[in-house]
Amino acid sequence: MKYIDEFQDPELARRLLDDIHATVTRPWALMEVCGGQTHSIIRHGLDQLLPEQVELIHGPGCPVCVTPLEVIDKALEIASRPGVIFCSFGDMLRVPGTGRDLFQVRGEGGDVRVVYSPLDALLIAQRNPDREVVFFGIGFETTAPPNAMTVHQARRLGIGNFSMLVSHVRVPPAIEAIMSSPSCRVQGFLAAGHVCSVMGVEEYPELAERFRVPIVVTGFEPLDILEGVRRAVRQLERGEHTVDNAYARAVRPEGNPAARAMLEDVFEVTDRAWRGIGVIPDSGWRLSPKYRDHDAEHRFAVDGIRTAEPAECRSGEVLQGLLKPHECEAFGTLCTPRTPLGATMVSSEGACAAYYLYRRLDLPATTTVREASPVV
Amino acid sequence: MCLAVPGRVLDIEERDGTRMATVDFGGVVKEVCLEYLPDLQVGEYAIVHVGFALQRLDEESARQTLELFAELGMLQEEFGDPWEMAAKEAGTDPLEEVRNP
Ligand code: SF4
Repeated sequence: MKYIDEFQDPELARRLLDDIHATVTRPWALMEVCGGQTHSIIRHGLDQLLPEQVELIHGPGCPVCVTPLEVIDKALEIASRPGVIFCSFGDMLRVPGTGRDLFQVRGEGGDVRVVYSPLDALLIAQRNPDREVVFFGIGFETTAPPNAMTVHQARRLGIGNFSMLVSHVRVPPAIEAIMSSPSCRVQGFLAAGHVCSVMGVEEYPELAERFRVPIVVTGFEPLDILEGVRRAVRQLERGEHTVDNAYARAVRPEGNPAARAMLEDVFEVTDRAWRGIGVIPDSGWRLSPKYRDHDAEHRFAVDGIRTAEPAECRSGEVLQGLLKPHECEAFGTLCTPRTPLGATMVSSEGACAAYYLYRRLDLPATTTVREASPVV
Repeated sequence: MCLAVPGRVLDIEERDGTRMATVDFGGVVKEVCLEYLPDLQVGEYAIVHVGFALQRLDEESARQTLELFAELGMLQEEFGDPWEMAAKEAGTDPLEEVRNP
């Protein structure tokens, strides 16, 4: 247990680990859904502290990674148009579309601006009434309510030059798709805590029951993750499969009702393509007809853009837990954070980047991985 | 960006019919929308994501999380300069365009 001194409460970490070690009798595969959890796990070497029988599989919970290539291409197209101010969260800047990224569009003269909050983009629209301001609305259930509120405000305040390119995704249909795959090895889930802060836990009992899989709502600090693993392993060893909330300090069973109501008003459920995975039915949101005026896809007529992903990139398998990043042939050679082929490498929350940055390579010593300076 | 960071409410005001707060994230101060937690009070803690308070948090766990984030450099990732970070990833010097305009 070489890294244990780094824990905020090493004594508690040790107790949780001892309990897990004492409980496990057989191999189990758990999937952590959230990219923040993946990073915490790799950064702290949690997978190495756990008993060998407990395998952690990285899930698709990185919004930057799963945003489909064609949505990035739509964003690049809109951002290049004259008169447009294109606003985005910072971590989308280096996500590759076909041939380039938003960072390069800005270098070519596009007015691309980084905002911390979608409300900042709305403010930019208010201050630039003669320009078209577009916000790139991506993310899971945690990010969707802020974006929903922003579109709602734009309509309420009559800000006609504001629109949003929406590509939101939902976790439960992804869990369903993962469990329905014939090659699925996942036996338990660590559900994403902040998604549940908004949505509560009501969507999960049906999934836990249907697939006979424990779902433990988990935060993403190292101790939270150990506690999530501990509870999931306990259930598995006892043959149970219930929904358990191990992140009660931030997750109420009903989530945030005001946010959920706003989501229902502004968005409607739709099929969504996930980068590398393909279309998952009902797995996303788009603006509901009432807000069509603020839909950038219609306003800029980019709904026709179709794009294929690079053939070498296996991020789809990585995102579904079928392949570890370093098992991809391009890992660390053709594909690095500086020359990313897939979004799981470019996003600092992606599994490929996490393996690369924290040197979790398990690679032969000759492999060329030295060129990189860590992104963080 | 899927990080939600705990912060403490310093001040609350109404703007354009919207409830807004000034929130302190361990030294970084930002404007935060309270529409999803309308009864949050000055001095209370909440987890905040992209400028919106999403759920209450007790002081002790907020403090612990903030300390941990600071230690891990995650606050820099969340609030640092995205252009600088993108430039670093691209392998270019972010100050170049300032030096050679
Ligand atoms: S290492 Fe690169 S090419 Fe391979 S799966 Fe990851 S992102 Fe795709």
